[in-house]
Amino acid sequence: MRYAETGFNLEVDLTKGSIERVETDPRLTELYLGGLGTNAKILWDRVPPEVEPFSPDNLLIFAAGLLCGTPAIGCNRTIVSTISPQTRLMAFSMMGGFWAPELKYAGYDKVIFRGKSPNLVYLWIHNDKVELRDASHLQGKGAVETEELIRQELKEPKAQVASIGLAGENRVYFASIEQGRSSASRGGIGAVMGDKGLKAIAVRGTEDINIAQPAEFLELCNEVLAYIKFREDKPIPGVMPILAGLGSPQEMKIHDEKWHTESFMWGNSRHRRRDFWTEEVEKEWTETMENVRTRLISCYNCPLKCAATISIPGLPTYMMKCFSKLTYTMAAMSNLDFGLKIAQRATEYGVDAFSAPQVMAFALELYENDILTDDEMPGLPSDNEERFYWLLERIVRREGIGDALANGTYWAAKEIGKGAEAYAHNNIKKHEQMPLKLSMLNPIYFLMYCTGEKINITQIEGQFPQMPFPERKQREEFVKDWIQVPDEKFKQYFLDWELRGENSFPYYPTVEMCCDIVDWQERMHYIDDALGMCAGLSSFPLKPPYHIHNYPKFISLGAGIDMDEGKLTQAAKRYRTLVRAINIRRGMRRKDEKPPENHWKKRFPELETKLLDEYYKLKGWNHEGIPTKESLHELDLDYVSEDFIKRGILTESEDVPSKEASAGKEKD
Amino acid sequence: MKGDKKKKIIKTIKIDVDKCTGCRACEVVCSAFHAAPKYSSNNPARSRIRVICDPLTDVYVPVYAGEYTAAECAGRDRYTIDGKEYEECALCRASCPSRDIFKEPDSGLPLKCDMCESDPPLEEPMCVQWCLTDALTYEEREEEVEEEVEREEMEIGLESLANKYGLQKIMDTVARMSMSKKGKDSTAKKED
Repeated sequence: MRYAETGFNLEVDLTKGSIERVETDPRLTELYLGGLGTNAKILWDRVPPEVEPFSPDNLLIFAAGLLCGTPAIGCNRTIVSTISPQTRLMAFSMMGGFWAPELKYAGYDKVIFRGKSPNLVYLWIHNDKVELRDASHLQGKGAVETEELIRQELKEPKAQVASIGLAGENRVYFASIEQGRSSASRGGIGAVMGDKGLKAIAVRGTEDINIAQPAEFLELCNEVLAYIKFREDKPIPGVMPILAGLGSPQEMKIHDEKWHTESFMWGNSRHRRRDFWTEEVEKEWTETMENVRTRLISCYNCPLKCAATISIPGLPTYMMKCFSKLTYTMAAMSNLDFGLKIAQRATEYGVDAFSAPQVMAFALELYENDILTDDEMPGLPSDNEERFYWLLERIVRREGIGDALANGTYWAAKEIGKGAEAYAHNNIKKHEQMPLKLSMLNPIYFLMYCTGEKINITQIEGQFPQMPFPERKQREEFVKDWIQVPDEKFKQYFLDWELRGENSFPYYPTVEMCCDIVDWQERMHYIDDALGMCAGLSSFPLKPPYHIHNYPKFISLGAGIDMDEGKLTQAAKRYRTLVRAINIRRGMRRKDEKPPENHWKKRFPELETKLLDEYYKLKGWNHEGIPTKESLHELDLDYVSEDFIKRGILTESEDVPSKEASAGKEKD
Repeated sequence: MKGDKKKKIIKTIKIDVDKCTGCRACEVVCSAFHAAPKYSSNNPARSRIRVICDPLTDVYVPVYAGEYTAAECAGRDRYTIDGKEYEECALCRASCPSRDIFKEPDSGLPLKCDMCESDPPLEEPMCVQWCLTDALTYEEREEEVEEEVEREEMEIGLESLANKYGLQKIMDTVARMSMSKKGKDSTAKKED
């Protein structure tokens, strides 16, 4: 019997309209766990670098993490993996909500799509009954609207539906996949879904998920619940409110936005407004939120309340969480009322709330600087907020200038030319980033920005405080019950870290310490993404209930796979390296691994070189960031080095690159 | 028949729909607790508590499985409470033909909340323990009740059959069964 996982995937060929139920190899679970790990293995095996994102040969994989569907608290993430049209690298955006556990209860760990459907369809999974159904009547419908319509037509109010809106149908490079309160937004995976002619996947499952050692497993879950209670009662002192507790940043619950509004950039990631958060603003924004927020809501089997139902008079109800609360407001230099209203429409269209507002602000900057004119933007309204709606409508339909903008700032700037590239200034690996522009280089964040292959800072940061605490006493207090550290040395790193003086940025933490810290932070995210655990209970917050010491027990007792800290670390390193291998094979190299030029004012090129050199070494990558033959061998990834050698990416004798590949290439 | 007054513990789960966040942890742990062996599997479709939920109209009602009923209601009401509309079914505990909840998904047999009866007894039912938002809280209170005469299991079973088929049909069936058994017994004797 298989535990925690079902042992079956669905293989759907959209070209042929065929559906197969395929048993999976349990040995792969031991090596790659599940979720992201086994997704990476499938993409490596089946999607060679010659396959374009919009080729029928690109795969779109929806995976439930290994522990989804078990009683493990907060384990509900769907990991969607494909090749991104925007970055042309592997995208592995994720979503919480209810979809992944439902898939498990229907009897499957993954749904793997290949090919392209000639007509718009949706997939309906009801235990053993799986069918492709016509979706032509859903064409152009909003994502949330589609979910409701499908539930109604199937007469299955308990079906969980993931769907795309108009943006996905029109292959907008930052189109999201929406699912109630959650969305898998980054990397344009909604565009791949649209390209495949797949409007939605509805799933309903009523079968069991088995646990290897039931009583002991439940005891672990009870410990996690008790720790969550403890952390909720005892927020971490000395950090900003949204980082003091657990969960994804509590944007729906907490009204104090001083930190975001005064430290993050407004407009096209341009303007810092240091005195923005006045009493009047606080009063107005608190009222705005309280008037429209009907309820704080949770994802499956999680006691935290990171999301909210938003009902604005005159608009359909939608659900929201996290920083999308502010992205539209800040991009438009407007106020919260506007941001929440346009987010409703944007959610129905299904666009990423990080990229979309930035793309629109970028377009308006180009207009203000005469790079885009009334010729390209005929009928652009004069009112600032109206302009954002105007742009959103054109982007999701790829109408006029919207066609270029729908490819994101990097590709749009190339297409528009006339110096537009200077305005696409906030990208890493062609992907829009958090609107942050800071002063002094942060060596830890430097490494994370450069090497994070989820290409989104929130998906690699966490665990280690973002800033030193001013007083040693506070630091001593903090490390006292810091049980999550994988090694006691991290406590010392933190104790000795000062705001000013010798032990401060950029030379402290030292290069070696920075490498250790980043490696730990990244590892925890990768483990979460294979298990299906929400980062909000694990890799993202300070002192989370899940950590490297209890995770092996969850896997052993839940999935019946013999696991310890060493083996888990090795497994995470294995599929993390495989993700890199996929991207290396698609042309990613050291030159691509850099933060936006203007992210920090004070830069230290020598230190930065050293940081990257040392981190690559720690990871087992050569100077170009390519995993070496030896490190691949240690990770049972000899098949990767064989492929690298065949392609001339590595040579037999030395680990040097000899060839650049396709991600470097510009759009055809 | 009149009994004496007797003290009885009434177990109550108090439900605060305003505090429910729709996470369904109650369903998860209920189905795990009632698995055999305990916690060996998990499947909300088997849960004896369900969150009746419609996020877009802000309906969140945790409902416990109550009695089985053979027939669905002839008409169904709608309640408006605090400006929100609830189907009658959203507040009903019955395992009923009109819906798929509170039935074993394989056999269709009805499920009923047993307050996590176990030996030794739990302090609180599991769903309450796992509800950190306090939408579910547990209360015990003592009440004086008329002492009931314990009914036999068979009588309860027969009564539900009588409800379904009518007493006469049962009596006819019993008579027929006993006739045919007699016949068999006598055949068996002959062979001895």
